[in-house]
Amino acid sequence: MTNSVADIGEASCILAIGTNTTQAHPVLALNVKRAAAKGAKLIVANPKEIVLCEHADIFLQHKPGTDVALLMGMMKVIVDENLQNDSFINERTENFEEFKESLKKFTLDYVEEITGVPGENAAEAARMYAAAGTASILYAMGITQHTHGTDNVLAIANLAMLTGNIGKPGTGVNPLRGQNNVQGACDMGGLPNVYPGYQRVDNPDAKAKFEKAWGVKLDDKIGLTHTVVFDKALEGEIKALYMVGENPVLSEADAGHTRKAMEKMDFIVVQDIFLTESAKFADVVLPGASFAEKDGTVTNTERRVQRTYKAIEPVGDAKPDWWITSQLAKRMGGKGFDYNSPEDIFEELSSLTPSYGGISYERIKEQGLQWPCPDSGHPGTPILHSEKFPSASGKGKFVPLEYRESDELPDDEYPLILTTDRSLFHYHTSTMTRKVEGLNRLNSEELLNINPADAEKYGISDGDMVQAVSRRGEVNVKAKVTDICPPGVVSMTFHFAESPTNELTNAAIDPVAKIPETKVCAIKVQKVG
Amino acid sequence: MEKVKLTIDGLEISADKDKTILQAALENDIYIPHLCYHPDLEKVAVCRVCMVDVAGRGLTISCRAPVEEGLVVKTDSEELKKVRKVPVQLLFANHKTDCITCGKNDDCELQRIAKYLGLEADELNRLRFAEMDDPIDDSNPFFDRDPNKCVYCGICIRTCSELQNINAIDFSNRGYSTRVSTFGGGPIVESRCESCGECVVRCPVGALLPKTTEQPAREVKSVCTYCGVGCGILLGVRGHKIVSVRGDGENIVNRGSLCVKGRYGFGFINSPERLTKPLIRKNGELVEAEWDEALDFAAEKLKSCKSDEVAVFASAKCTNEDNYVIQKFSRAVLGTNSVDHCARL
Amino acid sequence: MKTKFEDIMVKSEKEWESMQCGEKPVILVGTATCGRSAGSLETLEALRSEADKSGIDCTIIEVGCIGLCYAEPLVTIAKPGNPAVCYGGIDAEKAKELVEKYIIGNDPVPEYALGTIGQGKIADIEKIQDTSVFKPQIRRVLKKCGSIDPANVEHYIANGGYSGLKRALEMTSEEIIDNIKISGLRGRGGAGFPTWRKWQFCHDAEGDQKYLICNADEGDPGAFMNRSLLEGDPHALLEGMVIAGRAIGADTGYIYCRAEYPLALERLDLAIKQAKDLGFLGDNIMETGFTFHIKVKEGAGAFVCGEETALIASIEGERGMPRPRPPFPAVSGLWGKPTIINNVETLASVALVMQQGAQWFSQVGSEASKGTKTFALVGKVKRTGLVEVPMGITLREMIYDIGGGILNDREFKAVQTGGPSGGCIPAEKLDTPVDYDSLNAAGTIMGSGGMVVMDADNCMVDVARYFLEFTQKESCGECVPCRLGTKQMLDILNDITQGRGKPDDIDLLEEIGYAVKRTSLCGLGQTAPNPVLSTLRYFRNEYEAHINKKECPSLVCRDLISYKIDTDKCTGCRLCFKACPADAIIGEKKEPHIVDQEKCIKCGMCFEKCPPKFNAVVCIPGQLKDGE
Repeated sequence: MTNSVADIGEASCILAIGTNTTQAHPVLALNVKRAAAKGAKLIVANPKEIVLCEHADIFLQHKPGTDVALLMGMMKVIVDENLQNDSFINERTENFEEFKESLKKFTLDYVEEITGVPGENAAEAARMYAAAGTASILYAMGITQHTHGTDNVLAIANLAMLTGNIGKPGTGVNPLRGQNNVQGACDMGGLPNVYPGYQRVDNPDAKAKFEKAWGVKLDDKIGLTHTVVFDKALEGEIKALYMVGENPVLSEADAGHTRKAMEKMDFIVVQDIFLTESAKFADVVLPGASFAEKDGTVTNTERRVQRTYKAIEPVGDAKPDWWITSQLAKRMGGKGFDYNSPEDIFEELSSLTPSYGGISYERIKEQGLQWPCPDSGHPGTPILHSEKFPSASGKGKFVPLEYRESDELPDDEYPLILTTDRSLFHYHTSTMTRKVEGLNRLNSEELLNINPADAEKYGISDGDMVQAVSRRGEVNVKAKVTDICPPGVVSMTFHFAESPTNELTNAAIDPVAKIPETKVCAIKVQKVG
Repeated sequence: MEKVKLTIDGLEISADKDKTILQAALENDIYIPHLCYHPDLEKVAVCRVCMVDVAGRGLTISCRAPVEEGLVVKTDSEELKKVRKVPVQLLFANHKTDCITCGKNDDCELQRIAKYLGLEADELNRLRFAEMDDPIDDSNPFFDRDPNKCVYCGICIRTCSELQNINAIDFSNRGYSTRVSTFGGGPIVESRCESCGECVVRCPVGALLPKTTEQPAREVKSVCTYCGVGCGILLGVRGHKIVSVRGDGENIVNRGSLCVKGRYGFGFINSPERLTKPLIRKNGELVEAEWDEALDFAAEKLKSCKSDEVAVFASAKCTNEDNYVIQKFSRAVLGTNSVDHCARL
Repeated sequence: MKTKFEDIMVKSEKEWESMQCGEKPVILVGTATCGRSAGSLETLEALRSEADKSGIDCTIIEVGCIGLCYAEPLVTIAKPGNPAVCYGGIDAEKAKELVEKYIIGNDPVPEYALGTIGQGKIADIEKIQDTSVFKPQIRRVLKKCGSIDPANVEHYIANGGYSGLKRALEMTSEEIIDNIKISGLRGRGGAGFPTWRKWQFCHDAEGDQKYLICNADEGDPGAFMNRSLLEGDPHALLEGMVIAGRAIGADTGYIYCRAEYPLALERLDLAIKQAKDLGFLGDNIMETGFTFHIKVKEGAGAFVCGEETALIASIEGERGMPRPRPPFPAVSGLWGKPTIINNVETLASVALVMQQGAQWFSQVGSEASKGTKTFALVGKVKRTGLVEVPMGITLREMIYDIGGGILNDREFKAVQTGGPSGGCIPAEKLDTPVDYDSLNAAGTIMGSGGMVVMDADNCMVDVARYFLEFTQKESCGECVPCRLGTKQMLDILNDITQGRGKPDDIDLLEEIGYAVKRTSLCGLGQTAPNPVLSTLRYFRNEYEAHINKKECPSLVCRDLISYKIDTDKCTGCRLCFKACPADAIIGEKKEPHIVDQEKCIKCGMCFEKCPPKFNAVVCIPGQLKDGE
């Protein structure tokens, strides 16, 4: 998030697009709902009529995968009606004219045709967003999990820059991160192209810095991403995998492909707290300590680095992950893994990660700090880009965009779009929540949400078991007939191993971010028996 | 904030101008009995027990009356004694008083008020006691609703509407038949309740209680392990187990709020299904092993791979320190940048 | 140059004249709700068909209620050249007879007549103003009820209607408020707060948007003053509302009326449409640039919604629950805006003040309570009805002159005013003047105008219990003292009336009553103990008899009375024996019978069946044991 969670309350308009906030980020959603109750305008853009719509002033129900068209259409209205923030555009951005040119095509009629959103509604939303003194955009996987996810994000950034809604309180481009330390895992260089602090592995200076610090020679070739690892494994290039706290057999798009890849690999080490569906493919399973059993820090969606404290001893012989990995490293001859405590590690990482440079255990004992926090006197950064953008010129660059269709669209054989979603009561592949009896009672099985019109068309009644079939796989699941899904669109979560939704999803990826298109694939449904 | 000075029971105190008499008193450790007041919520003044005597005004509901310069407040007087006791006596005559086995025992605002006012058995026995036999709603897996202990302060309702904007419950019926009810009166689990438990946390009596009321021996600060919002929590520890979770009111992100997973989803930590020993595949089966054996085996196998034949998945569920070590291991030991995690899923 | 209003007035007067002094007989039929329940629609139908059949050209008009409930259905016939004659108890048969005898013939049928209205005399029929019912009354607010067609706005205008608005629009807000101040008008809804002062608060409150609300949620059991006014003269309210809106600076008014008043709602809707069409309501009223809109909001009939803040909550679409004050509605009311809530009668009086002048208004009434007040006079009086009296009249005059005394000439015991919020006044206080302050001093309130007369057959403990049952049911349940206090008091009263009273209960009732009054959140709770406290004040002996002797002196509370058979008088006719549903009568044929007190369920069947010539079964206070 460019801004903070608490800062949402400062916004006089909130655009929530591609986020089912009340289900996936319930406590953050409180800020949204409270702001709306206090009078802030709320625009919800989502293919499904999600709970947040109850609090919305405008609901834009666009077809899955048409975000670029919707946002470009809105921006065209803003430009046509001269509602843009000229001074911000002049002072803080570049490439506006080229971008403006790319808007031309996105007339309201064209936008309506692509998105299904009545043009006037999109225009009204555009005016509402542009007229608000402070407007914040929230988004989540509904924006990113597309083959054109990068375009979606760029469209959002364009919209924020067009109206000057970035770099000040109550504004921002605010991705809501899904996992409790997904931000930190990225910050720490758990990515194939960067060292900690987003220092690129192909930057010779960065490489030299880490070579010096770690005392080894490092590779400057960018590594493989998650999705590509499985492709390469099937091709026989990747033979071994060391996997900590992940469950790709359920979470990866086109899970059948993943399964095959894992079967093919020669050696897999899994480090986890449960014997997950994926751990069953392992050759060695190492029991990790849960979050309650170790000290450390995690970084939330607003870049706040917070302390967690060990509450109990690890169960059985389980060990903290840092200890296990260090042991492996040492046993393989690695140097520099003689850590005595997480604080040791933190001191090392903060010395190498400029944005964490000023953070120490002592400073975040009570309250966390938001990076960038470059030195020990720095108060942290609640709002990014308040003076300049992290580009060579320091300016925000408008990127002209085209609407691109999703990789797999419905056709006669697979007439429905499947989009994936989350439940309030479960988390990701449910390795943790399925172990909590009460949560299982509140949500005990996978449901395929289907519009009454579609249900009638396919002879499905509420509660029927249906088979959902895509080009990649098939899943049996109970149908829930509901008009929260529009006709032509069905949705499922992926919390249940019994109905593994990702057997169906499409693994086509965004060329830049390498994110699979789990939000759009074509399926058919038929009643079982 | 501008301050004003006022006198409570002869003690001069200073308070922010936007405070009420009750808030000013509580901040200065002066107890005024109250039931329906909650600092997070609108002040509705329905319990009527926070009355004080304000010079020149007489009996005044202190939870709503703003402080003013020079106000002279008495928290007790003959007239207050006379009128304030009655609502509290009536609450007792309409309350299931199984205090010793009640999960709220010793932490109950009604008990506290009764003790403060000095209720006497002789006085109570003159009253007509209601039969407290309304059915308990135990449909929610995490908490029970016992209408026989409800004092109708409305704190749960206001929490659900003002703080959570969910509106799963409201008052139904009128007069003595008033109940806190879901839409249509069905069990809470069938309502639009999201089981966040915020109402349970705020209930001043035993009407809303967690299913397990085991108290922790100590609490440890942490951060919720589920989504990326990063809510501060306090893990309740008893022996070697986590027995409760509370929202950390000091935490700037959530200011004490939690969702159903954050508050009640901690059972996995002590789940019998947890991995407690390293496992090694032998003859196709994963069998338990000691750490040295497992680590040595894994190290040996990984060492045999070339750098471009191995990949590493870090974890968005692990700490920064864990992830740092994992990517360092990948790059510095395995020699590959093929380290990634499920950021995209 | 004539203004548009003057044109309308001239036209209206012509219309009214033509009806009043025309060639055709005019028949007025009271078809307000009260008339309809007595069968006036059948009467109306009979008059129409009879007139049709006989080919008589006459004008038949439906009018509101003139207040003589005891004499419904009411028909008034005005033949050209004669004073109008008002007839009571006219069913379909009698209606036909009237057409035949008086419309076609010339016999005014004095035996059905209640009196004549207007100039001139008819033999054997008294002038209605001279009858004892009307003599003590001064009908101002209700003047047009029953004499004009409520569906015809011209009737209203011809009788001075909307001239008050015209005048008000020529004044500043301050001048209007000043006029109301001079008139001495106090709120007719119950508490009697000076109307001008309330308006002043709202007028002075900051805010661009202000609201006026008319409280037409008449909720007291037995009260129907507002309903009659709305049904009989709806424009009076609208005129008063526009004037009030002008005075306080509101551009929108709400009429909060209970859905149980369908006819009143129908009449209001029509009247609003008419007023809009004439330019007396809506944008640019009477071309002065003043804008005022009226919306009707139907309430679901909760008593508590008569409380101002609960009413506001209800209009906002919330559950009808009172809100703590301050802030007062005049500062922060409907949707947080300054809001005035006035009762129907208050607003109708405002129209009169502006039509006739403040001086005229204050000519009648007492020192601190000016003008007239309408009452629904019900209970054990001979003539029940809707009356309007000058403030300061005594209770005795109302009950004995207007009401004609106690039914069956029994002994007066008490009069209850103010509904569930009021109290009971005993015989020794009958000369209390009816004004806000005197009634307060006597332990009751003026209220909105309910007046229930009770005789020796009314048990005062039971009366208190009845009102408590009402307030307990109607309590919104929000605040502790009202929700639980009314229930506790009701439980105690139930115990007392059922023979389980304890000596301590009287003190307990007083303690709880006092605390409920002092600590309740809204007016409902703050006044709910009044019926108990006032009966404890004046009829403590009845409570003591119930508790200490287990006797109900008024023979009302079943558990505290007994039936016994006077063996000297009983002839053993067995009528009682056969009637007893509980086999509680013992005795052989032709031998005196006795009541088995263990089995007796106090149904009173034996008492009813015993032939008057024997009068052997008697009902006595107290609980007889077998053998007594």
